[in-house]
Amino acid sequence: MTTDSIPVAVEFTGGLELLFSNQRKHQVTLPARGTEGTPSTVGYLVKWLCENLIRDPRKDMFVLDDSVRPGILVLINDADWELEGEEKYELQANDEIVFVSTLHGG
Amino acid sequence: MDPTFSADAQVQRLRQHIAATESQLTALKLQLQQAEQAAEIASYLNGAYQGGLAADWRDEICGALQYDTPRPLPEDTWQDGESGGPTSAKWTTDHVSQQRWPLQSEEYKRYGRQMIMPEIGLHGQLRLRSAKVLVVGVGGLGCPAAAYLAGAGVGTLGLMDGDTVEVSNLHRQIAHSSARVGSMKVDSAVEYLRSLNDCVNYESHPHHLTPEKAISTFEQYDLVLDCTDHPTSRYLISDACVLTGKPLVSASALKTEGQLIVLNNPARPPGDASGGPCYRCIFPKPPPAETVLSCGDGGILGPVVGVMGVLQALEAIKLLTAKLPPTDLDWAMDLAADEVPAPAELVRPTMLMFSAYSTPQFRSVRLRSRRAACAVCSTEATITRQNLTSGSLDYVAFCGVTTPIKALATTAQVTATQFSQLPTDGSNVLVDVRDETQYAICALRGSVNVPWTGNADTWLEEAIRVGAVAELGDGRDRYFVCRLGNDSQLAAKAVMDNVLEGRAKDIKGGFRAWREEVDPSWPDY
Repeated sequence: MTTDSIPVAVEFTGGLELLFSNQRKHQVTLPARGTEGTPSTVGYLVKWLCENLIRDPRKDMFVLDDSVRPGILVLINDADWELEGEEKYELQANDEIVFVSTLHGG
Repeated sequence: MDPTFSADAQVQRLRQHIAATESQLTALKLQLQQAEQAAEIASYLNGAYQGGLAADWRDEICGALQYDTPRPLPEDTWQDGESGGPTSAKWTTDHVSQQRWPLQSEEYKRYGRQMIMPEIGLHGQLRLRSAKVLVVGVGGLGCPAAAYLAGAGVGTLGLMDGDTVEVSNLHRQIAHSSARVGSMKVDSAVEYLRSLNDCVNYESHPHHLTPEKAISTFEQYDLVLDCTDHPTSRYLISDACVLTGKPLVSASALKTEGQLIVLNNPARPPGDASGGPCYRCIFPKPPPAETVLSCGDGGILGPVVGVMGVLQALEAIKLLTAKLPPTDLDWAMDLAADEVPAPAELVRPTMLMFSAYSTPQFRSVRLRSRRAACAVCSTEATITRQNLTSGSLDYVAFCGVTTPIKALATTAQVTATQFSQLPTDGSNVLVDVRDETQYAICALRGSVNVPWTGNADTWLEEAIRVGAVAELGDGRDRYFVCRLGNDSQLAAKAVMDNVLEGRAKDIKGGFRAWREEVDPSWPDY
């Protein structure tokens, strides 16, 4: 591992895994810094997933209007991303990012 | 200074002031009620002590009862044994035992196994007995939740559901039975629960929840369980809980997964940031309607939804028997003393996620607190008791609706009957677009399975790859079928638009129509 890349564990649950080759857990490696030299954020990760990992053409099931669609919770190391600064959270090596689609059945 | 800004600030300040004063008033009323109860109980317990109640218990019982409304006892049981004038031996025993012990002898036997645990104890059992819990939705979540709450001795259990029991419910909705298919779910569940525990008072609400009735219904209860199956009801229940000050135990399940959140806990008035978050704080915007999958469409494993319902009952029992009651008094005192509670005392909102086929199966995650601009629980709330009760809020429109797919002109469709009359000479091809699992349950001989992918391009690519559709046309007609006739239209359209204009047709109504019109023995799964 070099310092200019960040390994991140990504997981999809609540049915979102269907959009990602029906696989829940993915180990991905992102560039540590974006094109402007700023640290990579969760917002960048979402964009990166749309460009590199999503296999299903229905990207709008994951992202709407440049943000994660309503009904998906983003968890950063087991905490709602709203507690961590949402998109602006700067990724650390081995962070665990989970995307949870809310369920409604009962 | 900008005069608009200053006026806005004043409005803001006044709103906050009103909210704080209202909180204080509610708290004082609660304190008064409790002081009155304590006085009454103290005199009662004094009598009980004379009758032989263990001295060690007095403080505990008194402590427990101070927060509770004791079940009203018949007036004569409050009198002392001598002057009461018992007329029969049986009456004398009950009378004396009722005076000596706060529970009936049957209750000690029935609840003994949970009462001997320090988490419950006598005070916990008394709280359960005086509690009123509403279960909204008596399905896969509501059945097990209600069963455990009834078993535990909750005093009043309300059940609300407007549906009737169907055979397809029975693999998971354990309060219903084969003999009660067609009955109202509420009636069926009450019958089951009565045979489980007749000491509980069951309240039937055999209808769906409406915004107009939500407030008046929730006001009759201490705690609400959301056991429903749609975002529309989830937002409505959460809003009504905030506006009536009730904590909410919310759960959901689909396929092999479940989610559980305790909301509005502690249940503090709108505008009080120390209250627990509501459903809108966590999910301010509803999911797009087309992403919402029901158990009927997506499937559900019985024990998965069962686990979630049982967990709801557990959280409800924990809330009701907590050493500090859910509507704890501290906030009143804090307000009076103008103190902010220490962070350590706050309940940390969490969501429990269950996934039957993952390791680990359970995972608890931290959630945010109340949202400063929440539409219902903040100082900027726009949802009020009044506009909820007046029916001016449209939850269905808020969550959006999916309309039945109508992708094709009627000329591009045939009925199941028409399809059954076609020659079987190889001049046509039947393409079944259900997923592999459903195709393996039942399929028409000679059909080709190309599961709908949700996208015309990827599906068409696959259909051509497996030879179900000929890229240049091969002179044969293609017919498309699925379970209910939605995906098959999209598949037929994809083919018509790109490959075989006019030679692709959809079987209207899918296999449901096939069963109704052609083959009654076709599996009705």
